[in-house]
Order: sequence, then C-alpha cells, then structure tokens
Amino acid sequence: MSDSEAPSTTPAMPDPAITIENLGKRYTIGHQRANGDGMRHAIEGAIRGPLAWLRSSRQKKLQQVDFWALKDVSFQIKQGEVVGIIGSNGAGKSTLLKILSRITVPTEGRIRIDGRIASLLEVGTGFHQELTGRENIFLNGAILGMTRAEIIRKFDEIVEFSEIEEFLDTPVKRYSSGMYVRLAFAVAAHLEPEILIVDEVLAVGDAAFQKKCLGKMGSFAESGRTVLFVSHNMEAVRTLCQRVVWLKDGRLHKDGKADEIVEDYFNSTSNELSFSCANPDYGLIIQKVVLRNDRGEESNQFHPGEDLIVEISYDAQKRLEEPYVVLGVQGINGSCFTANMLLDGHRPETLAGTGKLACRFKSLPLFPQSYSVKMSVRTRNGNDMIVNYQEVAYFSVVGDLAEYGYKGEFLSRASNSTPVVVPYEWRLPDGTIAPVSLVHPSK
Amino acid sequence: MQRTRIKTTPSSNLPPVLKNLAVKPTTPGGTKRFGTSDAPRMNQLLIEAGRTERQYWRDLWRYRELFYFLAWRDLLVRYKQTFVGVGWSLIRPLLTMIVLTVVFGKLGKMPSGGVPYPLLVFCGMLPWQFFSTAMSESGNSLVMNSNLISKVYFPRLVIIVSSVITSFVDFLISGVFLVVLMIWYRYAPPAAVLFLPFFVLLAFGASLGVGLWIAALMVEYRDFRFIVPFMVQFGLYISPVGFQSSVVPERFRLLYALNPMVGVIDSFRWCLLGAQDIYWPGLAVAVIDVIVLVASGIWYFRKTEQTFADVI
Repeated sequence: MSDSEAPSTTPAMPDPAITIENLGKRYTIGHQRANGDGMRHAIEGAIRGPLAWLRSSRQKKLQQVDFWALKDVSFQIKQGEVVGIIGSNGAGKSTLLKILSRITVPTEGRIRIDGRIASLLEVGTGFHQELTGRENIFLNGAILGMTRAEIIRKFDEIVEFSEIEEFLDTPVKRYSSGMYVRLAFAVAAHLEPEILIVDEVLAVGDAAFQKKCLGKMGSFAESGRTVLFVSHNMEAVRTLCQRVVWLKDGRLHKDGKADEIVEDYFNSTSNELSFSCANPDYGLIIQKVVLRNDRGEESNQFHPGEDLIVEISYDAQKRLEEPYVVLGVQGINGSCFTANMLLDGHRPETLAGTGKLACRFKSLPLFPQSYSVKMSVRTRNGNDMIVNYQEVAYFSVVGDLAEYGYKGEFLSRASNSTPVVVPYEWRLPDGTIAPVSLVHPSK
Repeated sequence: MQRTRIKTTPSSNLPPVLKNLAVKPTTPGGTKRFGTSDAPRMNQLLIEAGRTERQYWRDLWRYRELFYFLAWRDLLVRYKQTFVGVGWSLIRPLLTMIVLTVVFGKLGKMPSGGVPYPLLVFCGMLPWQFFSTAMSESGNSLVMNSNLISKVYFPRLVIIVSSVITSFVDFLISGVFLVVLMIWYRYAPPAAVLFLPFFVLLAFGASLGVGLWIAALMVEYRDFRFIVPFMVQFGLYISPVGFQSSVVPERFRLLYALNPMVGVIDSFRWCLLGAQDIYWPGLAVAVIDVIVLVASGIWYFRKTEQTFADVI
C-alpha cells in the first residue's frame, strides 16, 4: 500500500481507489443499429415510434439526437470501501461501469484508478460453446487478464469451487445452465484484483449459488479490497455495501450510508419510478406499469396477505396477435412466483391501440422484504422476446409479523429468510396443531 | 395504518461511513494528484475524455498471452466437428493449385520460366492464401467477438493480430506441403531462400495492415461484409497467383506493383524457385506499401477503437 518511497505530502489518509471528476458520456441516437442495448433501444424507439412514418419521408439527419447517459458525475471511492450503485433502468449505472471498465470512453471528465482493477459485467464473457470446461477456464481467465502461469496455479481451486470436476473435458454446450454459471463465476472469483467491479452477476443461478457468490464477494470485501457493486437487489446492496451512490437520469442523485439511501430509494420509487419502454420493431410501447392494492389504489407498499395488482398500460401501434406475457415477482433470493402465459395459456387474442392488461396476485404470501416485478412479452410463437425487463416495478411488503401470529425469538431474521410462505401447520407430538399463514387474522 | 420499517442488516453496526464523499475540486490532494508532475505509479490508471490512453502499448504487452489464446481458440474451434479436420487447410490451396495450373498453364499456356507449373502456382498461392484468409478473418473478427468487446476491456488490436496469427498457422501448414511438393519435383531452392523470413514478414505486414483497416471499417459499415469476398475473389486473378508478373507489359509493371501482394508473391518465387529475377522497383513499392498500410491501419484502428463498444 503505502510505499516508503512515495512522497508523503498528504496526511496519512487512505488514498482514494477511484476518483471520478465531472464524468459525462454522450450518445448520439438515431444512426445506431437496432441491436443497441436495452436502454438505448428503448429511448430510440420511444422517439422514433410515434413519428416514424413522418420522419422517414424527411431527411435522415433529423433523427440524430444527443443523449447524455451520464453528466457531471463526481465522487471518490476509498480503498477498502464497498460501494453500491443503484438507480432505475437507464439511470446511467451500466454506462458508468462500462467507462470504469474501459469498455467505452467518456465524453467529458476523468477518472483516476489506483490499483489493479477487474470488472465482471457478465458471467462467462468469452466462453466458447464448442470448447471444453478446461479449455474455457484458460480462455476466460486470459480474457479477464490472468496470465497462463496464474491460471495454472489456481486451476485446481477454480475446479473445486465450480463443482464440475467430472465434466471438465465436456464441451460447455452440453452443460446445464447452472453448471455453466458456476464454472464461469469460479474463474472470475479467482481473479485477484485490488478493485472489483460487479454488475448484476448475482442475477443468475439458483439461490444456493447466489449465496455462494455473495459470500465470496463478502469475503473479498472483508479482506480490505475495494468493491463496486451494481444491483437492483436492494437487500443484497444493503447487506454487502456500507455506502451507496444513487444515480438518476445520468446524474449523481444521492450518496451516503447504504441504509439511508436504500430507504430513500424505496420511498421515492412510488412517486417517481414509472417504467416505460418500447420496441419499434414490433410497434409496441409499454407506457407504464403500476402496482395497485386491494382497493385499486396505486401503491408500492403492501401488507402480507394483501392482493397485488400489476397493471400494464400499452400502446400497440402495430397489431400484435396472441402475444405471451410473463410477469414475475422476485426478492432477495431470486424468483418468488410468476404468472406465465406460456404455461397457463391464457393470452390475449390481439393487442391493438392503447389498452391495459393486469394481473392480480392474490393474498401475497410474502414476508416483509423488498421485491421487484419483472415482465416480458413474447411473440405469438413464443420464441422471440418483444420486451424483457428484470425490474419494471418495485414494492415492499411491510407489516408486523406478530399480528399474523408469529412469535419466534428470532423473528427479526424474517427479513433475510426465504420470503414465500405457503400456509402450513405444525403437528406437534402432543397433538397440538399450529397453523401458520400470512393471512391477516382480521380477514 | 402504522408503517413498519423493515429493519435488519448486519451492516448497521459497521463503522460510520463518511457521508457525501462527492469530490469538491478544491479538496487538497484530490486535484493535486492529477497534476502531471505526479509520476504514474504502477497500476495507476487515468481515464480521460478525448485522450488516448498512454498505457495502451503497455497493456498490449500485458495482454500478450491473449494473442496466443485467441488464436488457439480459433484454431481449436475451426476444425471441431469437421471430418477432414486440419486437412482442410491443405485441400483448399491444393484444389486451387490444380485449377489454376490447368487454366493458366495448360489452357492459357503461360510461360513458367522452366519451373514446373504446379510449383509456380503453389508458390504464389502460399502468400496469397495467407493474405486473403487473414483479410477476411480479421475483417469479421471484431463483429464475431462483439460480446467480448462490449463486456470486457483489453486492447482490441489483440483480436486482429490473433486472427492474422490463426491464418499464419494455415500458412505454415501449407508451407510444409510446398516442401513436399518441391521434393516430389526434385527442385532445390536457390541460395536466396535465406531471405524468405524477410518476405514472410512482408506478407504478415500486408495482411495485418489490410486486416486492421477492414476490421475497423466493418464495425461501422457492415457493407464490407460484401466487399471483402469480392476483394478475395478478384484479388486471386489480379495478383500474379496463376501466372508470373513478368507477363505484365513493362510500362505497367510499376503501376501493377502498387498491389502489395505483387511484390510479395514475386519475392516468394524469387527466393524459393529462382524462377525469375526480382523486379527491384516493384519490391521497393511493396515495402513502402506495407509500411504505409500498417502505420495507417494502426492509426485508424486506434482512432476508431474507442467507440467500438458503442457502435458494434
């Protein structure tokens, strides 16, 4: 860390690991091809959509619009800090990460990074389907910046962590998705950077594996290294990070203690977060997604046992025949439950013009925790995604579990527990039958 | 209804974290450290708008093993699930050699300068095949690796160089075949064969220079996906692969030499077969061509590289 040779002009304060000054990133929208990332795509679509026919008859140049994905962002991260970055879709989180990882360059401002940096924007970057697990460990390791000697040294550890020993010489295209993710994370987990940047890596894999990842990141942070963690999973952010930076519309909105910022974020989302997106190829605009309670009021707070209504307002500019809609609710440990037309088969005959589609999840069997709603719409044949978003709405379940008959000594742990409670009853040896459910006794 | 806050988190008893760390430019030390007088320490990285990173060439060195890994991946993948396998890198030039020998040698009755026509053709095929596969492979390489480009950093130059290396491996395999062919015809190379490494380098440079240009252009203009196969197809006939460049009228030869592959192929024949005297002005043009191509290719590639992730 502090070298004796280094000029000690500054007091003995930990040096900043990352210093960001007036960072800005501008995208020019309009001439980009249709395979841009979700956010750019959405904005492009929203601008083009309603006026597409008008514009196309005019000059193409009109379509070029400047868009600042990040603007005037400045902050510092100290060595050993674990910082979460939050914000709604399109707030600039991914852009910030891409600049920090040097995948793209900023339009303005500068960043100084002190220490070996590694970023994980995706699990398994550079994996090749045709190659075996063993070959991919080397390839992926090299892509992530490890030397051959380093990979050879850590090879056994990586294999052990990934738990795929017997499939080491099988092409990864024959792996289950779980095995694939485990192997990929195992390689990444054995990078030894001083600064680690992680983006939503935990959104994949099963619950047990996610826990393992979180654990690995936790121990990484405890060893005094700097971690930058972007996630929509507020509980993970809160457990892992001491400090949170909240980006909004490409600007730094708030910066402070994790607990406070996350709380603010949740309180604000009810008023400010209105999700919208568009896919110009299919002429579908999702105007908003709102959550309503039993009484039909818009809300982002529910009590256990209440109904949750997810209401989607759409504008189908082209007729959309028999689309599939999938909604899901996810919590700390991943998916809780889903309403899936691909499975239940109740799909709308056609979507044309503006309209609403809703789903009522009855008597939420959920513990007081934070949740988000995911949504996807697929084409008639079910193969192509029209829109697919992990976080279209957020809500929290609040309430005192004591009111529901919970009386355990460790009740406070409910906030980290598996959130879904199917009504159950204990049958004790003495013949007592103890029913437990999240239905409010007043009902 | 009372609102219950979910309280939890082991993090609540962590040491208080400094609030509002947003940097004020006046913070002593904060800005001073950006000063140029501050010599960059090891592992220090400065990302700044509008300035190409100084550490690019250092990074290229740091990622040197990736050249090998990417080439290795492409070679491994290329012949997986094929029946003939590596044999393909022989079959292609072999068949082309037969066709060109028949067309130019037998039907066209082109002069061969006393060399067996198949040898003459294969000697031209060798650098040409290298050049053309390198051109098409590196052209597609960035687009093929777009998932890497949008998710992880490393000098993108690595991708191009390793696809040239991949083609170079094919070149070496064909080279072995040329040796076999020469033994078959009992044809000993002249002493000039000692210059071969230099000409191989020249061929490598030509492939790299053109590859850099096409790869960078392909990212922005996918039109090159259609242009490159044309170049490969025409190039085979425009370059002196199936015939000797001495058949070109004397006054056009310098002009003809502007195609760098003319100089490369001629020199290959000169040092391997001693078939014709080397045309020095042509070789000089080729060397200048290659230097300009590589330099400008690197320049253009570096210029556009930073926006690859945004455009691809």
